[in-house]
Amino acid sequence: MKFGVIVFPGSNGEQDVYHALDEVLRQPVDYLWHGDTDVSGYDCLVLPGGFSYGNYLRAGAIARFAPIMSAVIDFARAGGLVLGICNGFQILLEAGLLPGAMLRNDCLQFRCQWTHLRVENTATPFSNRFRQGQVIRVPIAHGEGNYYVDAATLAELEANRQVVFRYCDPSGKVTTAANPNGSVANIAGIINREGNILGMMPRPERCVEELLGGSDGREMLASVVDWWQRGNSNGA
Amino acid sequence: MEPKVYRQMGLTDYEYGRIKEILGREPNYVETGMFAVMWSEHCGYKNSRPVLKLFPTEAPWVLQGPGENAGVVDIGDGQAVVFKIESHNHPSAIEPFQGAATGVGGIVRDIFTMGARPIAVLNSLRLGPLENPRNRYLMAGAVGGISFYSNCLGLPTVAGEVYFEPTYSGNPLVNAMAVGLIEHKDILRAKASGIGNDVMYIGARTGRDGIHGATFASEELSMTMEAQQPAVPVGDPFREKLLLEACLEIIKEDLIIGMQDMGAAGLTSSSCEMAARAVTGMELNLDLVPRREEGMTPYEIMLSESQERMLLVAKEGARERIEAICRRWGLEAVVIGRVTSDGIMRIKEKGRVVAAVPAKALTDQCPVYERERRRPSYLDRVQNTDLSSLPEPEDYGAALLKLIATPNLASKEWIYRQCDYMARTDTVAGPGGDAAVLRIKGTGKGLALTVDGNGRYCYLDPERGGAIAVAEAARNLSCVGARPLAITNCLNFGNPEKPEVAWQFYQAVVGMSRACEALQTPVTGGNVSFYNETEGEAIYPTPIVGMVGLLADIKHACGSGFSRENDEIILLGETHAEIGGSEYLAVIHSLVAGEPPQLDLEREKAVQELVREAIAAGLVRAAHDCAEGGLAIALAESVINGGLGARIELESSLRPDYLLFSESQSRVLLAVAPACRDRVLALARQKGIPATVIGLCGGSALEVSLNGRVLFNLSLGELEQTWRESIPALMAG
Repeated sequence: MKFGVIVFPGSNGEQDVYHALDEVLRQPVDYLWHGDTDVSGYDCLVLPGGFSYGNYLRAGAIARFAPIMSAVIDFARAGGLVLGICNGFQILLEAGLLPGAMLRNDCLQFRCQWTHLRVENTATPFSNRFRQGQVIRVPIAHGEGNYYVDAATLAELEANRQVVFRYCDPSGKVTTAANPNGSVANIAGIINREGNILGMMPRPERCVEELLGGSDGREMLASVVDWWQRGNSNGA
Repeated sequence: MEPKVYRQMGLTDYEYGRIKEILGREPNYVETGMFAVMWSEHCGYKNSRPVLKLFPTEAPWVLQGPGENAGVVDIGDGQAVVFKIESHNHPSAIEPFQGAATGVGGIVRDIFTMGARPIAVLNSLRLGPLENPRNRYLMAGAVGGISFYSNCLGLPTVAGEVYFEPTYSGNPLVNAMAVGLIEHKDILRAKASGIGNDVMYIGARTGRDGIHGATFASEELSMTMEAQQPAVPVGDPFREKLLLEACLEIIKEDLIIGMQDMGAAGLTSSSCEMAARAVTGMELNLDLVPRREEGMTPYEIMLSESQERMLLVAKEGARERIEAICRRWGLEAVVIGRVTSDGIMRIKEKGRVVAAVPAKALTDQCPVYERERRRPSYLDRVQNTDLSSLPEPEDYGAALLKLIATPNLASKEWIYRQCDYMARTDTVAGPGGDAAVLRIKGTGKGLALTVDGNGRYCYLDPERGGAIAVAEAARNLSCVGARPLAITNCLNFGNPEKPEVAWQFYQAVVGMSRACEALQTPVTGGNVSFYNETEGEAIYPTPIVGMVGLLADIKHACGSGFSRENDEIILLGETHAEIGGSEYLAVIHSLVAGEPPQLDLEREKAVQELVREAIAAGLVRAAHDCAEGGLAIALAESVINGGLGARIELESSLRPDYLLFSESQSRVLLAVAPACRDRVLALARQKGIPATVIGLCGGSALEVSLNGRVLFNLSLGELEQTWRESIPALMAG
């Protein structure tokens, strides 16, 4: 399975994603430049964290106009796997590939900390190695991760089981105290209705080795590889 | 020239006279400005140079000592660490957010101009008490600026320290340290050699911001300065990120001779310093300098401190490739001049020479002052205060809770949770421990990093305080299992023209040098920040030490928390009746007095060796330095950090408050598995270090008794809550 990690000016999580995929998951991976327009040959595209274009105007608002984004949109619409992490999630929202918008954290400050996430849907390419309701530990590092969506769309997301990860306490309870940024319904990650585009604020690439405090992110990325391998061995 | 004009630029009559002698004529306005910034303390070190010579600077592992943009230390396998600390005190006092942000930006540029990939940032802050809304504003602003800039760059802020004292109310200290990693073969020196080579300008355009910032940093702050906002430049971390990636690509392709940041004193310092190092000259055409404002004069262009700009000396024929790389990163790259052979900085505008001065005159001929030194009279008063008649606290539990809630000892999470300390996925131990630990990808090794300093100790005895700053930094590294390699320092003092300040400065450097020699941690560079005064009142002398250490095996990195039931707790070293300068004295008795604790460097070295050996042998589950707040606070921190209680039984003839809160040096707490206890004690005996088993880990409370009498028993929950909620509550006003 071949991954492409997209580098926008100001991205800074691309080396971390690359390291996780290359050194830890031992999967082929390339960097893709924001000015490129061809993403053929890749099985999963990752939009990494960082401050694309300085996050000026609004996080992700300028990156969505990068030349490569039309190719990403075509790839996604054709069913290709797309993972947006942190700033990558913000870009996917701005590009309209996922519903909703990002506000500043309700504390009005940047937050870097470990969070607990409850896995709400394991029937996705990105979460199939987890158990339903499993609590995983993944760090966050963002200033604008307060996910917002209107009530009607939220109801739709819930009905379609598009909420994949929710901030919770260590026991799995979804509480206000466990919500680090004020996100609606404690949402940490969502998937599109078709189930091939995932956006999440927590950073799985930062927890792929026990040395750094946890490896739940490795399970998440391994889910993608498993899913792809199963799909291909089934001839799908 | 009218004396008024050059004096306003910060030159004295004597200095102006020297310039005339060197040039053999009157300097013009532009030239006078160039001399004024290059001969400022910030660039010229004219008040500190003779004293700085006392620092030991050599060791087999030091690849680059002072004099370059940053120090370089060998870590084996063809790799090296590049690191430096710098102050941004005055800008931060005026505009804390941009002041701190551009402080980070500047020090990070110093790292990548050496060719290194920056990998981490550390900070050291000194502020007035948080009860004062102005200090809260300064803290929120400085932390906001640091996090804004380093988070955007994708650099983890892995450690730091902050202390609050009234002395810093009018003059906060914001020191930033950056660390980079490099292959030996890529190390680049900022030299302008190769006659005829292109001098290229890359990065942001030049504006009118920060003109005379270097001079500004070399003056005392006054109330009216708060109206001098243009002296504080504005940072754009996004552009810095582009500049960083472009520069590293340019270096990787071996396209340049050298480069230097246009930081303090801007185009003037970067050009003349590179020329002076190579014994060359430079001809610059200011018409070619990219500008963001119209009508800028040569004076303004030469002195602007606009951020995120870099001056490069290209190798022959490399120009087009450099332009292409910059274009790819969306940056301007312009040839603005060339290297010449005559040693003259020749600045042209519209075909006319507007300045022509020898490069070496700007850099090497800066006058050097041996300042008169006089021991300050306050020392007799504070050192001879009688501390023996102070009453003992009635309730030791209450005293401990009060201490642990004081912002100097309380959790700094309010600060570090705003900073991305995990970026780059190397952070094995982030903020909150004795030292940060980073793994080095592709090796089994690790780096340990810390910043330390105690202004109060230095106020009471600058020599001993300076030595303790170095010793404590090394002890912090040893406690995570790392061998200390070298230091960088930021020397924050008052006005050196005052004999008392000159004395403090000299004494502190002597003390630091003594400790650096003993612990084999030479000085590889740093920064001097004088004139930290408000309304004629100097801050506490505050040398800050940034230290780098190496862990041979990252798997042995040791934490400070108690984590396993029945682990035995051993105290290495001895506790003496030393409460002078302690947190206990300041918080419980409202006194800053006495002598700081004694420091026996031979003992210090032996204790650190013991700790490192025991950690490397896998005998230690936790190690924690006993520092500010003494044994009681060290125990409380280990209990909180590990989430496990402890029961401690002490025996001593000391007063209980002395025993608990004395800040005696060269002490380390260890938690060891019962099976390892005897081996650790034997190792200590071998090295002649007192080691006492003082208790056991376990339970959910910290209980400490002395000679059979319980002094306090506090639940882990209460301790942690008090410690964690103090600074957030203060910041909420």
